Amino acid sequence: MSVNGQSAPGPQDPARAATTPAAGPVPDRAATPQLRKAVIVGGNRIPFARTGGAYTKSSNQDMLTAALDGLIARYGLQDERIGEVAAGAVLKHSRDFNLTREAVLGSALSAETPAYDLQQACATGLETVLGLANKIKLGQIDSAIAGGVDSASDAPIAVSEGLREVLLDLNRAKTLPQRLQVLSRLRPKDLAPDAPSTGEPRTGLSMGEHQALTTAQWKITREAQDELAFNSHRNLAAAYDAGFFDDLLTPYRGLARDSNLRADTSLEKLAALKPVFGKSLGSAATMTAGNSTPLTDGASTVLLGSEEWADAHDLPKLATVVDGEAAAVDFVHGKDGLLMAPAFAVPRLLARNGLTLSDFDFFEIHEAFAGTVLSTLAAWEDEEFGRTRLGLDGAFGSIDRSKLNVNGSSLAAGHPFAATGGRIVASLAKMLHAKGNVDGRPARGLISICAAGGQGVVAILEAH
Amino acid sequence: MTDKYTQLVSHGLGRDIAKKLGLPQPMALRRHTPGQPLVTGPVLVQGAGSGADALASTLLSWNLDVRRHAVPKEKLGAIILVLDELSRPEDLEKPVLTAATSLRDLAANARVVTISRSAADAANADAANADAANPGAADPAAAAARQGVDGLVRSLAKELRAGATANGILLADGAGTTSPSTLGALWFFLSGRSAFVDGQFLTVRSAEGQLPADAEKPLAGKVAVVTGAARGIGAAIARTLHRDGATVVAVDIPAAGDHLAAVANEVHGTALQLDITREDAGQRIIDHAVERHGRLDIVIHNAGITRDKLLANMDQGRWNSVIAVNIAAQLRINEALLASEHFRNSPRIVSVASTSGIAGNRGQTNYGASKGGVMGMVRATAPLIGTHGGSINAVAPGFIETEMTAKIPFATREIARRLNSLQQGGRPGDVAEAIAFLASDAAGGISGEVLRVCGQNLVGA
Repeated sequence: MSVNGQSAPGPQDPARAATTPAAGPVPDRAATPQLRKAVIVGGNRIPFARTGGAYTKSSNQDMLTAALDGLIARYGLQDERIGEVAAGAVLKHSRDFNLTREAVLGSALSAETPAYDLQQACATGLETVLGLANKIKLGQIDSAIAGGVDSASDAPIAVSEGLREVLLDLNRAKTLPQRLQVLSRLRPKDLAPDAPSTGEPRTGLSMGEHQALTTAQWKITREAQDELAFNSHRNLAAAYDAGFFDDLLTPYRGLARDSNLRADTSLEKLAALKPVFGKSLGSAATMTAGNSTPLTDGASTVLLGSEEWADAHDLPKLATVVDGEAAAVDFVHGKDGLLMAPAFAVPRLLARNGLTLSDFDFFEIHEAFAGTVLSTLAAWEDEEFGRTRLGLDGAFGSIDRSKLNVNGSSLAAGHPFAATGGRIVASLAKMLHAKGNVDGRPARGLISICAAGGQGVVAILEAH
Repeated sequence: MTDKYTQLVSHGLGRDIAKKLGLPQPMALRRHTPGQPLVTGPVLVQGAGSGADALASTLLSWNLDVRRHAVPKEKLGAIILVLDELSRPEDLEKPVLTAATSLRDLAANARVVTISRSAADAANADAANADAANPGAADPAAAAARQGVDGLVRSLAKELRAGATANGILLADGAGTTSPSTLGALWFFLSGRSAFVDGQFLTVRSAEGQLPADAEKPLAGKVAVVTGAARGIGAAIARTLHRDGATVVAVDIPAAGDHLAAVANEVHGTALQLDITREDAGQRIIDHAVERHGRLDIVIHNAGITRDKLLANMDQGRWNSVIAVNIAAQLRINEALLASEHFRNSPRIVSVASTSGIAGNRGQTNYGASKGGVMGMVRATAPLIGTHGGSINAVAPGFIETEMTAKIPFATREIARRLNSLQQGGRPGDVAEAIAFLASDAAGGISGEVLRVCGQNLVGA
């Protein structure tokens, strides 16, 4: 099955193993790579807080350290030298160049645990999982912690370009007259700070405005978006009440549940909200604060390992990381919507693994906006999109909606950009493990996360 | 770390003034730290029988400086009064008055420990057992002498000063002066681990139990679960069990998870966020311990809540939540534990009761009922867990300096903390020490007991 003309043999393809090119003298192990399984042991996150709330005074490093310490406590990893820790933040101070390593040093892990930062917008968290899982599969490391954190409350604020250039030149000036000359270039407008925004640098449009265009393009109704948001809150509240998060979450700064969760919301309440994005579209404006995610602070972590490592440490093996795929779209020229990359990534990933949408028991489609999820599903169900954009004979397919985001997603939990991947991976791994086998095969779950810059990262997990 | 008043009256002018005015002069108590000697000076073993002789030679093998006769003016670390052969009240005179001459030679934080036979065994009239092999059975004079030791020790504890305490070990039929748990209890009472235990008795019911290979690590190799471990007494229990060698599973409600994680990381254990009132709490505790640590040896029921209200104003919510957490959850978890094949290897359960459950406390009818319930449960569970070679006991704390008691208004708190023989509040670690001892194999012959850690509260039983 060829998708978009880009069919590539995957890690499961035995042909690839036999034809792997090796440079120079060929060591035996390079000629026949034996991939191990990368298992998800569990995860830990702190509750997500709406920006300006409980974590206003917490830095990314504080939150990531707290999420790590909760994970360490849950799995008894004190003083353990983990193979590698990778995490990242989307909104990041330049002083946090070694954010993850600093968090590791502040945690109860062994100080000899290496770490690196990664940044791929909202896909950061999932990409850390995939990258580290690959290292485990290759045998480069036996254990890993993936993670992500973001604070929109404690966001970096930069000085203006004008002031920055003056300050740099001032530093280079040697004499008093030279310094005075440099300073004379300062203008009052240079003193205004440069705050970060979720705007796309190449279009100047915010993410919400971009999605509003896509939502309108795919004719997603207000009612459908509100219903998705309502289900997200209802499912998340039910999950909390059932104790689902008891071993996935550690309270932080007095917060024991996601502060964005509205267990008592209703379709009527959601319907009463005024649109906030796409207002220039007139009557077509459907996106409200209720069916869009708010700015959020939070952190998440996922513990990964080889099967041998998990067994040697008497740790659970919830699920395996099967495969992942990234995609990007040309949103700058309007070819596709900003957040539509997963619509391409998923068909490619499934084709490589010989799967269809009906082979999955859970779908975790990140709810950046209700419109994002619904536009993606609409694209997959669209005959023309399937033929012209995915290179298929017809529509890619549809999903059983009762399998979608069953324990809530970002609309209810909130979305601290880089932390969302870890939230989803740990929750899905737990759900898959509980589900066990389905029709003689391990329960299977699909993760789809859209990201700024027209990107998307998707992944397949299976129950262990 | 002692309270401000204790600091003030411990030195110089403050000490002199307090002495002249007859004010309480609490002593900074000797508390156990790893490597500390068992006692602060020579140990006088008082008593003439074979039980005393056997004990003295055992203590010599512990490398203690043992005296069988007092040396005038020599400071003593402890007096052990062996009274295991009393048959009538008059028998008390000689050993007791001989020991009395040494009381002024006790060093600060010294110990007086009596070892005598349980009066209950002499009082239980049972003609079948009234023979030469069991001379105490149905013997009023022996019962009187034995019960006399109780009043003697409790009164002496109130006379001792400078951090010194008096406690007693009662031997049931089948236990002797050198039975493992007699020695275990003696080791506990002599040590700094019993700093805030005063005027109390422990009954050794059998010759079961085993002294540890390493006295500093009596819980080595054990896996212990502590509920309510996120803060206060529970966190202290987790630390103490870890210090004594146990692997700790720290349990608390999910909402306390951040403090719980900090405790678990500090003691190199694992955190289990769990509401113990859940129907499946027992099974989840067993599963976690066995899957993650390979076994389960010790469960400490520490989690407890207060919802104070005068009974006239009590509502269903306050009453039910206290009963549910403090006693119903313990009963349900114990049921799962006793039914589990994983809890069969010398299993130990220790519950935290309260002096409120013994002496009562105004505004705490619900709490008192729940803690009284804990003691009833412990006594009734002892024979059940005994069939698996295990033990169950309770510890009843008195006034302990915690975040909770720090909220009591100043004057009330000041009075509450002075109203005991040691004239100060205890620390969470004092409760933890008693629990760690009862959770150890050295206490294997002790079961169904309630040990008060209250500095001998002047009110109540």
